[in-house]
Amino acid sequence: MLEHYLSLAVKAIFVENMALAFFLGMCSFLAVSKKVNTAIGLGGAVIFVLTITVPMNNLLRHYLLQDGALAWVDPRLAQYDLSFLGFLCYIGTIAAVTQIVEMGLDRYVPVLYNALGIFLPLIAVNCAILGASLFMVERDYTLAESTVFGLGSGIGWALAIVALASIRERMHYSNVPPGLRGLGMTFIVTGLMAIGFMAFAGVQL
Amino acid sequence: MASPANKAFLDPLLENNPIALQVLGICSALAVTTKLETSIVMCAAVVFVLTLSNFSISLIRDQIPSSIRIIVQLTIIASLVIVADQLLKAYLFEISKQLSVFVGLIITNCIIMGRAEAFAMQNGPALSVADGLGNGFGYSLVLIVTGTIRELFGAGKLMGYSVLPLVTEGGWYNPNGIMLTSAGAFFIIGFLIWGLRTWKPNQIEEEG
Repeated sequence: MLEHYLSLAVKAIFVENMALAFFLGMCSFLAVSKKVNTAIGLGGAVIFVLTITVPMNNLLRHYLLQDGALAWVDPRLAQYDLSFLGFLCYIGTIAAVTQIVEMGLDRYVPVLYNALGIFLPLIAVNCAILGASLFMVERDYTLAESTVFGLGSGIGWALAIVALASIRERMHYSNVPPGLRGLGMTFIVTGLMAIGFMAFAGVQL
Repeated sequence: MASPANKAFLDPLLENNPIALQVLGICSALAVTTKLETSIVMCAAVVFVLTLSNFSISLIRDQIPSSIRIIVQLTIIASLVIVADQLLKAYLFEISKQLSVFVGLIITNCIIMGRAEAFAMQNGPALSVADGLGNGFGYSLVLIVTGTIRELFGAGKLMGYSVLPLVTEGGWYNPNGIMLTSAGAFFIIGFLIWGLRTWKPNQIEEEG
């Protein structure tokens, strides 16, 4: 049983890395990867929010949205299938959780709040977060599986952005052709990283 | 570039392209372009959502309190995406299966939020529609070029029809598998940006 969860986590971190294999969260991935410190801050926030929102959306789906999920309220409601409202509910949960996390951190852990700064609200529109919830739906994870998946894909994303930021800090010393400076070069570096991560394909526990 | 509406429509195509210069909407640009067909469907969905969301947000821009504007915008966008998703499921079921989660991810596609925030909140409905169409087509341009390159060189096909006959099927073309992987997508967009910036040097970034 434990092995199953471990292998799910390893798969989410390395083999199916959110950023490098599925291109999720690319906008902030490319925009916030100029410095290692900010990258670590954003990575931490993403891990945190993913670990909370994926299981929450899983509960929401099982008790509210799935075909016949409303049966626990009243057997007569069992005929309703609200899964088409999924997108709206998931994004609502994500926006609300980010807001609550932001307020909670501001009140109780001001140090962390100041360190994360503007990245917390930005997370609401990070596609890695919504993407993880949608993958959870598509692959039909249980509650425990989705917690592991949320945590794992958060760690994988954070790992990728910190690695990219470290490479970009080194890039200051290299002579890049003018037209390729900035965004273009970042794309090519990310491509090379993606090739590196392809080496993990087939890793099984 | 005479009238402001023309400018709002034409600028995002090459001068201020959402993907190449504004760094918006990259996730889906990379993920759905393994085939030309999925790229085109994705572009149509994005143009649809972007134009309508710009229009509706611009209509109520004076009524939205600024403290909750993100939630309001997300709700409008999510509703439009649900419509697009249901339409795709009804009429193009096969393709909507291939696009999988990426139709839903239009909600968090930064192009849509970004244009709503940067343009529709300040400008009237007509201009916003022009801006939405322009950015939608600018995005489509990059997607279609990338999709064509990836499908042609990665699988020797275009829209599912064989163009370059494969070695495995008795032809001469040996498919370049890296085009279909995620790394290939990064390289192609990287080189597209390089080409665009060599052609229009005013887009070059000062600090790398």
